[in-house]
Formats: sequence, C-alpha cells, structure tokens
Amino acid sequence: MKTPVSSMVLVLVGSLIGSIGAVYLKSGAHELRRHWASLLLNWRLALGIAIYLVSSVLFVKGMSRGELSVLFPMVSLGYICTLAWSRIFFNEAITRVKLYGVGLILAGIVFLGLGSR
Amino acid sequence: MSSISTPEVHVADPAKRRQAILTVIGCTLLVAIAQYLIKSGANQLSHAGLVATLIGIFTILPLFAGYALYGVFTVLFVGALRHGELSILYPLISLSYVWVTITAVLAFHESMNPLKIVGIALIIGGVAVLGYGGGGK
Repeated sequence: MKTPVSSMVLVLVGSLIGSIGAVYLKSGAHELRRHWASLLLNWRLALGIAIYLVSSVLFVKGMSRGELSVLFPMVSLGYICTLAWSRIFFNEAITRVKLYGVGLILAGIVFLGLGSR
Repeated sequence: MSSISTPEVHVADPAKRRQAILTVIGCTLLVAIAQYLIKSGANQLSHAGLVATLIGIFTILPLFAGYALYGVFTVLFVGALRHGELSILYPLISLSYVWVTITAVLAFHESMNPLKIVGIALIIGGVAVLGYGGGGK
C-alpha cells in the first residue's frame, strides 16, 4: 500500500495541533479542584480536549489511506514542539536527559519508518 | 500567550512524579488498543468526507470504542499532567508506537524486519531515559 502525501500532511498538522492541545490540557489540569465547577468552568481543559478532538479527526482522515507504520512516526513532530512549548509556557528546563530521551525516541521512529518501506 | 502558563510554582513530589510517569506508560497500552480500533474502523471511511467521518465516529462501533478509550486515556493523562512535566510525559506516549507496530504486524499483516526491531529498541531506550531521568530527582 502506498501512503499519499495528503495523508502525511493531515497527520503532520494533526500532531502539531495535538502538541498545542497538550499545553492547554496541562494548564487546565492545574486548575482542577475538588469541586464540579472547577471541571465545568475550566475553559483551558475544554479547549485542550477540543484541540485534541480536532487533531484526532485529522488523524482518522490521514490514517484512512496509507500505511500505519509510515504515518504514526509523523506524530514525532509533536514531541519536538512539546519540548519548546514546555519551556516557553511552563518554564520546564530542557535538560540533557530530556534531549537524549527524545533523541532516542525520534531515532527509533525514523527506524520504524525506514522499516516500513 | 504567556497568560496560559500557571502562576503557581510547582514543587515536584518525587513519588507523585514517578506515579505520573508510570500512569502515562500504562496509558500507552490504551492508546495502542484505541488506535487499533480506530484503524480498523477508519478502513471503512477511506473515501468519506469530513462530515461523514464525524458521523462515522458515532456509528461505526470500532471507531466509537476507539474514541471512548481515548477518552479514558485523556482523563488519566490529565491527572498525570498535574504532577509531572509535560516535556517528560508527552514524549512517553511514543511507547504506543511499539505496541502499534507489533499490532500492525500481528493484525494488519505488515512485515516485521530488523529496522523495525531497532526502532522499537530505540524507543524503549528513550522512554527508559526519560522515565528514570525525569522521575527520580
């Protein structure tokens, strides 16, 4: 089975949007208290979930044509973005351990992609 | 844009950080099962438009079950995000590729080869580095 470019674009855009969704999920998560209102009035959490849903729809459309093992690796774009978002929005340090860990993961994803041709 | 960062300083509790990491690692199994279900449902949608895709999420059982599992995953993930760093927890989800690749070989008859095995090993290594390095401090 061949993987069309349109599927790749959908999955790439989906992964970028997904990483932004994760930022809102985390900022929303920190506002949760033991009260129903903190869940219902939590617009950051709601926005995070909404962005996640949009990215999932893009994934479904993207993955409906093409090879699973080619398309999933393209989500790796989201991991690189997440390192940057975490630094910018949550002041999380970009440590050597994180770079090694994410580097190994990206290398693994590339190998999975190569193995799928 | 900086207004979405939380003003409070998060003092990391090592036990809770470890628990958050283990939760997300466990969650990757849910993601893999969800993605298997979504992939098998998505095959029925290969020529559908965006609206038909949205309707399909509710009418095609494997798609619906896959998204329901994603819902469970999201609840657990949000809980974990309260106690861990996003830059550690988000990349851990890549462990789901390992399960997805194994599922693709077993269920969708894609081939297994040395490159994929190296890829799986590297991802497990990366998750281990993030998990140990990010949880212990």
